[in-house]
Amino acid sequence: MKIYLKFDYAQLTKKIVHEKLSELGFKFNIIGFGEFNFLEKVPSDKIEEITRTFSEYGIGIVENQKSVLVQKIKDTIVEMVHTDKPFNIKSSVYIAEKLNLSYPYLSNVFSEVTYTSIENFIIIQKIELAKQLMINTSFNLTEISIQLNYSSVAHLSTQFKHMTGMTPSAFHKIINKRRELSNKNNN
Amino acid sequence: MTADYINICLADDDEDDRLFFTDAFDELRINTKVSTFNDGVELMNYLNNEDSILPNVLFLDLNMPKKNGVECLLEIKKNRKLDDIAIAIYSTSSSEEHIEETFVNGANIYIKKPNDFENLKKILSEVVTMNWQYHTSGLNKENFLMRM
Repeated sequence: MKIYLKFDYAQLTKKIVHEKLSELGFKFNIIGFGEFNFLEKVPSDKIEEITRTFSEYGIGIVENQKSVLVQKIKDTIVEMVHTDKPFNIKSSVYIAEKLNLSYPYLSNVFSEVTYTSIENFIIIQKIELAKQLMINTSFNLTEISIQLNYSSVAHLSTQFKHMTGMTPSAFHKIINKRRELSNKNNN
Repeated sequence: MTADYINICLADDDEDDRLFFTDAFDELRINTKVSTFNDGVELMNYLNNEDSILPNVLFLDLNMPKKNGVECLLEIKKNRKLDDIAIAIYSTSSSEEHIEETFVNGANIYIKKPNDFENLKKILSEVVTMNWQYHTSGLNKENFLMRM
């Protein structure tokens, strides 16, 4: 028997960090996704222990200030893209207000660190979510385009093709064939 | 901490293609370290060596002597230690069957070799930038498919 899983990365990360930090005996607050505040001073050898523990789960500690800011921008974008509520506010306005910094500044730091623009990163995230929904749910492309706030299914298809070089149906076909292949190899 | 350069490998038996490829990366904004291999056997020896630094992205030519690109792809996909490597097929073939077959067998990217240098730079830049996003933003690599 084979089952497919879907993940909520934010939930997953929060839970792991919470469990591991409690296990190690720290007192802390969760401020937001990916941001923690220790209620006591943490010696540097303890920081190393935390780093080691987390690295097994692919979780890293962000050290550089610019990287911290970029991570916050990314988290805001992921949250924005994954929300179920309809989004009526411009993403640039939303991100700037949420982080309380000017958009041109955020935009500069972001492209310096990630080699891509905030606008492009939003599109990448939307297309990734569209892929997940295509593969793991029974939604058709029209329903997915509505859920992701596209003005039309054609707009989603065009953007998908632009980002991946293939149509959504070509993508879906390849993933299905991969699954058939791995089922065959496992039997 | 993530190093701020990207490790890249290319296996291609054509010397000119290898040269164009390394020159193109020299001119990109992203910092890269490029290693090249003349055929599939040389590549697989490198990847299977415990001391080797594994690439973030591997570019595979399909037609190579001794061991071709598809054979390398299948071998890499069977080896869990090599799971994290994004695989880009880099070929002159644009047969739809070929393309689909390599994707189904686990390739992430398919690049039809372009005829001019400017285009090559543009394509490699897009591929490496996209791979960087997968690498640094926890995106699901299983869904990383890109055709150029």
